[in-house]
Amino acid sequence: MNRHSFDYLDALEAEAIYIFREVAGQFERPALLFSGGKDSITLVHLALKAFRPGKFPFPLVHIDTGHNFPEALDFRDRLAERIGEKLIVRRVEDTIKAKHLSEPKGKFASRNALQSHTLLETIEEFRFDACIGGARRDEEKARAKERIFSVRDEFGQWEPKLQRPELWNIFNGKIHQGEKVRVFPISNWTELDVWNYIQRENIALPSIYFAHDRECLEYKGQLVAWSEFITPDESDVVSRKRVRYRTVGDMTCTAAVESNATTLDDIIREITASRTSERGETRMDDRVSEAAMEDRKKSGYF
Amino acid sequence: MDILRFITAGSVDDGKSTLIGRLLYDSKSILQDQLEAIESQSRSKSDGELDLALLTDGLRAEREQGITIDVAYKYFSTPRRKFIIADAPGHIQYTRNMVTGASNADLAIILVDARNGIIEQTRRHSIIASLLAIPHVVLAVNKMDLVNFSEERFQEIIAEYRTIAESLGIHDVHYIPISALGGDNIVERSQHLAWYKGVTLLEFLETIAVSNDGNQTHPRFQVQYVIRPQTEDLHDYRGYAGKITSGSYRKGDVVTLLPSGIQSRIKALEIAGLGAVRMEVEEAQAPQNIIMHLEDDVDVGRGDAIVVTNNAPIVQQELETLLCWMDAKPLRVGSKYLLQHQSRTVRAVVRSIEYRLDVNTFDRTEDIAALGLNDIAKITLKTASPLVFDRYADLRTGGGAILIDETSNSTVGACMLQ
Repeated sequence: MNRHSFDYLDALEAEAIYIFREVAGQFERPALLFSGGKDSITLVHLALKAFRPGKFPFPLVHIDTGHNFPEALDFRDRLAERIGEKLIVRRVEDTIKAKHLSEPKGKFASRNALQSHTLLETIEEFRFDACIGGARRDEEKARAKERIFSVRDEFGQWEPKLQRPELWNIFNGKIHQGEKVRVFPISNWTELDVWNYIQRENIALPSIYFAHDRECLEYKGQLVAWSEFITPDESDVVSRKRVRYRTVGDMTCTAAVESNATTLDDIIREITASRTSERGETRMDDRVSEAAMEDRKKSGYF
Repeated sequence: MDILRFITAGSVDDGKSTLIGRLLYDSKSILQDQLEAIESQSRSKSDGELDLALLTDGLRAEREQGITIDVAYKYFSTPRRKFIIADAPGHIQYTRNMVTGASNADLAIILVDARNGIIEQTRRHSIIASLLAIPHVVLAVNKMDLVNFSEERFQEIIAEYRTIAESLGIHDVHYIPISALGGDNIVERSQHLAWYKGVTLLEFLETIAVSNDGNQTHPRFQVQYVIRPQTEDLHDYRGYAGKITSGSYRKGDVVTLLPSGIQSRIKALEIAGLGAVRMEVEEAQAPQNIIMHLEDDVDVGRGDAIVVTNNAPIVQQELETLLCWMDAKPLRVGSKYLLQHQSRTVRAVVRSIEYRLDVNTFDRTEDIAALGLNDIAKITLKTASPLVFDRYADLRTGGGAILIDETSNSTVGACMLQ
């Protein structure tokens, strides 16, 4: 290979693989948090590049809110089977029952906040010392501040004012008993980088990322998939739209975008032309306040 | 398309956040909803003008105090390049955060307020740029609108800066007069600054040739992880996984394992190609991640260096290093730490403090017993086992190391090995 053929995707990939191998070298019980979304699917692909022909030195872990898209769950199971890696699933439903937590209420009752409970419990159950996640710094202002190795205290909390300096390619994963590290190998990727990489590497995605017909509810300018998890009002109008998803979270808090994009080329064209950010367009959970993400991160969220 | 990583140093008062906001805004990298969010926040402020600085300060405490506390990473791209901005705080108490942002930067933009000229902070930021060996520096003379776009004022400032750059050994400095608030010479050429014949800031960022470790010729590779599948068909497979940080390796190269000194030869080089398909290659080079196989069955583990025999790095236990101290607890002669150099960690003890550098006057003070938070000094260390390294001035990844406090596990020092 010739020197000039290295482009920005090669550089991002090289950085991510390096981070994966650091996790493998530094921790005893890591885990890869897998949601079935494009970012975690990209992580799995990078892990294949980092560790094959060996096995992953970690399981895939999915925290299932019970409100996930069936297409994403199906994809998750098939992917884990195809690559022959261990998949651990823990359900928010079970945490709610076991801890007598109250189900969130409201029109779009979201279990997003409860997810942190189940995540922290799962980390305890398996005594994971490092959790790899697909968060990117371009997603949101609080994430823009986070280190690649992000140390969390015993309660899973992020303390933004006390972050360790992180220099060169040196990652300090030393922790005390009870502390954990969250690791973000694709911190420096943008949404468009991820899509361009998926296209270049020919990575398979769940079908909901591509245009399809779906019953949707229009709410405050956003399109929400009609599902059993939504409590309808009389004034609600459900209509059939041609949509795709730009991010894949819970059915109750992820909005679809109208689109005819059926190929990766189409999607990349649409995103390049889009004037709205990914989270702004599709994540209803960030709209709560200016510091919504910072607050969730401080309490153990990604 | 390649990547340029740059750091912006300065305080909100110098217009640093406005400059970044302007770069993002004028290069059309700000999206509609982000713009709407800052528009609504700007309206609630007294003057009601669009405050581009609101784009960058991400933490609640930062917005409340109107300062930058920690590095924020921002991304934008033009058809020519992808840019990663490390937006670093300017205040002295957050020097360690600036050092974090500076360590991976290919370029530093140092902002000066044209009214105030070179101030203490400019000197401090320049010394960090020099210490971390950032290859290129742009002195952006901002707020030119407030000095009537005066060429004379601009020339005065750059004449003064030249002596600073010279004394710090910063060789590649570019000077650009700008007004971040009005957008002069950021993306669009300024009509007010017709006397300036150079390029705009963005044009400069798009065209500067990036020089970093990746295009140096010393072959450097450290083992991060040993891949041993131990399956039936691969039961003899033993691959050394790691990243080439500089230079290139070829199948058949005679190599030396360090620090052990054992010699061997490269039997095979594997990379993961498109679609995660593993393939053998004849040659691999920085910044590729590879799996290396050796002819001989030797003892190699995480943190061991594998180098081409006729181009070896330094192997020593006595280290001289420039240091940025980043902990509230002082460093003292005799204190013990862990020293991490890429994937290798060794114990180290502080032998002596040679001098402390005054970041404002550049004066050296000797006979010092301890260093405090944000001090910059030259010290000597002794490690428990030999360290394999390069001089920081030759290779940044080969000469950069951190000190870790074993009781707190914090990263407390940044070492630039000499």
